Amino acid sequence: MAEPLLVVDRVSQRFGGLLAVDAASLSAPAGRITALIGPNGAGKTTLFAIISGFLKPSAGSIRFNGEEITGEPPHRLARRGIARTFQIVQPFAGLSVLENILVGAHLRHRARTVALAAAEQVGREIGLGDMLGRSADTLTVAGRKRLELARALATDPKLLLLDEVLAGLNPSEIRDFVPVIRGLCARGITILMIEHVMQAVMSLSEHVFVLAEGRIIAEGSPAMVAADAAVVEAYLGHGAAAKLGASHGL
Amino acid sequence: MKSVLPIVSVIAALAVVPLFVQSNVTLNFLVVTLLIALAGQGWNILGGYGGQYSFGHAAYFGTGAYVTAILQVRYGVNAWIGFAAGIAVGAAVGAIIGGLTFRSGLRGSYFALVTLAFAEVLRIVASVAPITGAGVGTLIKLDLRAQALQFQSRAAFYWLILALVALSLLIAWLLERSRFGAWLIAVRENEDAAMALGVDATVVKLGAMVLSAAITAAAGCFYAQYFLFIDAGIAYGTWISIEALLTPIIGGVGTVFGPLLGALVVKSLGEGAKLVAGDAPGLDLVVYGIVLVLVIWFAPRGLIGTVADARKWVLHRSSRSVREAGHG
Amino acid sequence: MLSPAILIPAILNGLLTGAVYALVALGLTLIYGVLHIINFAHGALLSVALFAAFFAYQALGLDPYLAIILLAPGFFAFGYGLQRFVIGPASHGDDRNMLLITLAIAIILENALLYAFRADTRTIDVPYAFETIDFGFTFLAVPRVIGFGAVFIVALLLWLIMGWTDIGKAIRAVAKEKLGAELVGIDVAHVYAVTFGLGTACVAIAACLLIPTYYLNPHVGNAFVLIAFTIVVLGGMGSVPGALVGGLVIGVIESLSGLILGESLGQIGIFLLFIAVLLVRPSGLFGARA
Repeated sequence: MAEPLLVVDRVSQRFGGLLAVDAASLSAPAGRITALIGPNGAGKTTLFAIISGFLKPSAGSIRFNGEEITGEPPHRLARRGIARTFQIVQPFAGLSVLENILVGAHLRHRARTVALAAAEQVGREIGLGDMLGRSADTLTVAGRKRLELARALATDPKLLLLDEVLAGLNPSEIRDFVPVIRGLCARGITILMIEHVMQAVMSLSEHVFVLAEGRIIAEGSPAMVAADAAVVEAYLGHGAAAKLGASHGL
Repeated sequence: MKSVLPIVSVIAALAVVPLFVQSNVTLNFLVVTLLIALAGQGWNILGGYGGQYSFGHAAYFGTGAYVTAILQVRYGVNAWIGFAAGIAVGAAVGAIIGGLTFRSGLRGSYFALVTLAFAEVLRIVASVAPITGAGVGTLIKLDLRAQALQFQSRAAFYWLILALVALSLLIAWLLERSRFGAWLIAVRENEDAAMALGVDATVVKLGAMVLSAAITAAAGCFYAQYFLFIDAGIAYGTWISIEALLTPIIGGVGTVFGPLLGALVVKSLGEGAKLVAGDAPGLDLVVYGIVLVLVIWFAPRGLIGTVADARKWVLHRSSRSVREAGHG
Repeated sequence: MLSPAILIPAILNGLLTGAVYALVALGLTLIYGVLHIINFAHGALLSVALFAAFFAYQALGLDPYLAIILLAPGFFAFGYGLQRFVIGPASHGDDRNMLLITLAIAIILENALLYAFRADTRTIDVPYAFETIDFGFTFLAVPRVIGFGAVFIVALLLWLIMGWTDIGKAIRAVAKEKLGAELVGIDVAHVYAVTFGLGTACVAIAACLLIPTYYLNPHVGNAFVLIAFTIVVLGGMGSVPGALVGGLVIGVIESLSGLILGESLGQIGIFLLFIAVLLVRPSGLFGARA
């Protein structure tokens, strides 16, 4: 069997005396949606920062497409086809929506006209079609999340790292957003997502990793993980297992 | 800015000025204003488009001036070649300073501090090194021939600096429409986000620094040819670092015409102050400082940016009132 | 090889000069520690303070050391007003704007002095300017020894203010966690202004200590401020003990490199040290990104 597109192999990150990530291993097979969940402060965003090159891990290795990429800077990883979104959205506030997406599109297209066309197409696809001319700082939270996604998508990635793209959205906005993510997967983009909105994790992903206190404590299908009492207790606290079981049963 | 037409028309309008104005005082004023606009456009590439506020652009201005002068005076090199060499060496100094600072990840206040310190080091070195004429300065021999890059008429100098300014406007215009420019602006707006989108922030900033240094160095080269004398306090003095950043910030930071407009405003105010209070050292800089505070306070995007904002606001209001009228 | 007879006085004099540098740096680091901006107007404020001390002596016959009683509160008020009514509102909370505003204030003050008093260099003649104390192995100028002692008194006072007064506690709270301080009802704009005022008062005291043995002109502050920047960077941005130790170290380095390399090159030595520190250990020394 071919190696998964992304393999994180016993990666650790130490900040002074704090071991934020402790020999965490996970993988994201090509063409699938994989989720990374865990309680607040578990080290999920740190792990993302390592995978996307913003942090150099203290130990461990990361392979992408069969190649060793540990410690490569973010821009080179983007060139390889790894794109990410930020948990706290980072728009280029002074620029228009289209200009924001254009920055991503320029990665694969040098000529401005070609890049503009590509950016516009991505913008429409993500549902920003009628906001392309607006200044990015006038967007709503949902709009900014879409922009974050559109910009990453414009780099034409093989692997998309989504850091809580659904956080802060209301239920109807989440309902609108979920099919967009599913559509990306259908186009052949591999997705690794950090998500707090459990409903979405359950409906989107086929495989879930659970990170708690820097360690991967469980993995498996959403149903399996949700049924894992240790996970549920660690992640959601007492009494949550029953609630989750009930909502999943619907 | 969509078309190149505004640049062509502004330059054309400025180009005919010497046909109507014969006064040497006026032409001299305009030459100095354009010189500052050129130095300011250099700063604007790095500071305006790239968001890296340098407090030491004198380093490039002075290097351009000294290289032009020293090559002619000490090595008998042709002035035009000296001019080109001044730009090249200025760019190289930019590459060295940029390489050191950006690789160390210096941003914001620290970048401003370190650029200031580099300019000061160069000033002190120039004030003691024999090759620069140390405290005495360097005098370029009067030789009013075109091949020596000296002209009998002020108009010729005027057209030369105008051509350089035109080129710098064109560079800014092209920057706005290029991939490099898009990346540079992205780095200014949010460096992390830009890197995540595949932008090599260090290389982009370094490129901007080199381009920026080259343009400001060109202003220094021109200064040496025009005034035929430089010393450490002129070439590497804080005055040029200040004026280079003042003009784009007042005119419109990160806009094509910002430095030119800013230079016109700043220099006119300086002259105005002299008319009112007499020519005294320091007075023009006091005025510049006050204008800088007022612009940041009340028009933080500079004159051009504020006009654009106001227009957008008016358009927005009128479109809304049209919509509301439609509903009614 | 330099003999100890030259070296020891050079080191001692370096320490005495360094103490005044430390005081200037103290003001800078205090402002940085709380407002997180580098105050580019610091040098110009020192020039203004030197002129104030000069005229206090010439016009009012006020001894520089007595003038501290007048100038320290006066400059505190000036600094308070600058931050509260100019720098704060004009910069719209943007760091780059704050940088530019302090630069603009530096330009205005320095050139207003130049316009009013020309570039002439002035000195005052206090009767004790050339009195020395005999330490057996060397003589040290009385005013500089007084200055040395005064700096440590000021540092002690500052430490007491920070540790034991309500405003001191508020300043420390804002420095640590601005948002949290705001939430518990601390008036951040006021705290910022008080801090800026304290930093400016440090500069005024430094001016009074300097003037008996130093000269003044409109640009004189610049020489100090880059040295003060160096000290602050060396000692750690925002660190008060760092500023004191850094000041003494830089004073000695300057004195020795001046002895060995000559005055101009000695100055370059300071700048190169400054650049090297900034380049090599930027994040280590400042923590957060600018």
